[in-house]
Amino acid sequence: MNKYSERIYNGLWKENPIFVQMIGLCPTLAVTTSAINGIGMGLSSTVVLVAANIIIAALRHIIPDRVRLPAEIVVVASMVTIVDMLMEGFLPSLYDALGVYVPLIVVNCIILGRAEAFAMKNGVVESACDGIGMGLGFTFALFLLGGFRELLGAGSIFGITLSEAYTPATIFILAPGAFFVLAMLTALQNYLKAPKVKKTVEAAEPAAAVEAEGEGK
Amino acid sequence: MENLFKVSSSPHVRSNDSTQEIMMDVAIAMLPATVFGVYQFGVRALLVLIVTVAACVLSEYVYEKAMKKPITICDFSAVVTGMILGLNMPASIPLWMPILGGIFAIIIVKQLYGGLGQNFMNPALAARCFLLISFAGPMSAFTLDGWSGATPLAAMRNGATMDLAALFVGKIPGTIGEVSVIALLIGAAYMVYKKVITLRIPVTYIVTVAVFVFLFGGMDPYYTACQVCSGGLIFGAFFMATDYVTSPITPAGQIVFGILMGLITGVFRLWGASAEGVSYAIILSNLFVPLIERVTLPAAFGREGESGISKLLGGKGAK
Repeated sequence: MNKYSERIYNGLWKENPIFVQMIGLCPTLAVTTSAINGIGMGLSSTVVLVAANIIIAALRHIIPDRVRLPAEIVVVASMVTIVDMLMEGFLPSLYDALGVYVPLIVVNCIILGRAEAFAMKNGVVESACDGIGMGLGFTFALFLLGGFRELLGAGSIFGITLSEAYTPATIFILAPGAFFVLAMLTALQNYLKAPKVKKTVEAAEPAAAVEAEGEGK
Repeated sequence: MENLFKVSSSPHVRSNDSTQEIMMDVAIAMLPATVFGVYQFGVRALLVLIVTVAACVLSEYVYEKAMKKPITICDFSAVVTGMILGLNMPASIPLWMPILGGIFAIIIVKQLYGGLGQNFMNPALAARCFLLISFAGPMSAFTLDGWSGATPLAAMRNGATMDLAALFVGKIPGTIGEVSVIALLIGAAYMVYKKVITLRIPVTYIVTVAVFVFLFGGMDPYYTACQVCSGGLIFGAFFMATDYVTSPITPAGQIVFGILMGLITGVFRLWGASAEGVSYAIILSNLFVPLIERVTLPAAFGREGESGISKLLGGKGAK
């Protein structure tokens, strides 16, 4: 895996902004009432993230260290304004559904976090790949959250009702449901990652691993 | 020294009560209300109760089996959770809802936080609110003798006057367990007699609601009495607010807890969107319990002036 695809894998799975880093949770919990909203929010953030990362990485030697935060925010805010206007013009229904959370992408921790932690220290292409990885990881997480919430809370997916016999549990569309689904998905993600750790322990210390397994039973 | 003394850490004096006995007593105390509920709402109510209890006990068993933990279904706490949850539902509810509620109460609210003693919120009430938010229609469809009607609280909100005697006996629509004040008081008296609960939490709670409703509900004693006797207040005050795990252990804290629940219930009942607010008031107050306990921590013997409240006020001690 070269350093570019490694960045994408890193953002998508290994350091997923939602499930692992737990940042940018405010828009995550607020807009994921349906799968389409999740994807819309995820992709618009991705566009901002990639554009901001590229610009900041290109300007990283010019921006004085003392004013780097204001400089980063100016770049991010410009990108968000462009996305905001494009979305209002071309995707008005999604724009209405996401509401105030589109301009609020400016203060999304993921975008400022990546600019500060990665783009200020790395090259343009790497930063772009980092933006794509983090953005897709964010989109992936938001799609899963929105998908499960829509499925449980409205009995539909992408607006298509699956079965009339199912009584939707409205709570999943409301705020508490967002926390339930996020917690469950995070737990599942940790579970999926856990076995790899176990194998390395087994290889290094067979006796300890056997003991741990015995305790488990 | 030839003799070896037995050394152990505190506590040195223990009562002989076990979780099992206390939970049994709570279950026994709920029997009068259960019997009245089944008498009033028919066999269907019994079915709802059995299904809820079974769902709770089974979820506890399956979860603990799957997580390879010690099986604790014999301590009856899941039975009590199931009974409270069942008594909090209308008799006409579709049977899969109590099952879902039972699973939610035991697995999400209780076991995921570490099992009995670790949950920060009353499992039965949290599950009830979960169902109430999710399925508002079936959860508030109350029928009595084949007639569907508004609960006394909803009727009173629309200006109707209630018959206090009917409220006291329980000839009113409502959830299975909350309707009969007299049956609930018999159970409560049993718990007080067996020293399972003290009167601090329930009495402060009920008195606060009464004072609040009297002051802000038009200074009408009859209306106040009807408010106290209707809805889930008596059931909640004696059986749900007194849950050991989710109520303060300090005596002063229990008073504060009761007043807090009373104020929230009063606000919900008089000005809230819904006519009832006992469940939400209790689970909201549950969240404040750690804070209440910290503030009301009594000073240890010989260390006067180091109680929770004086520490909070700057730690210089009460002088």
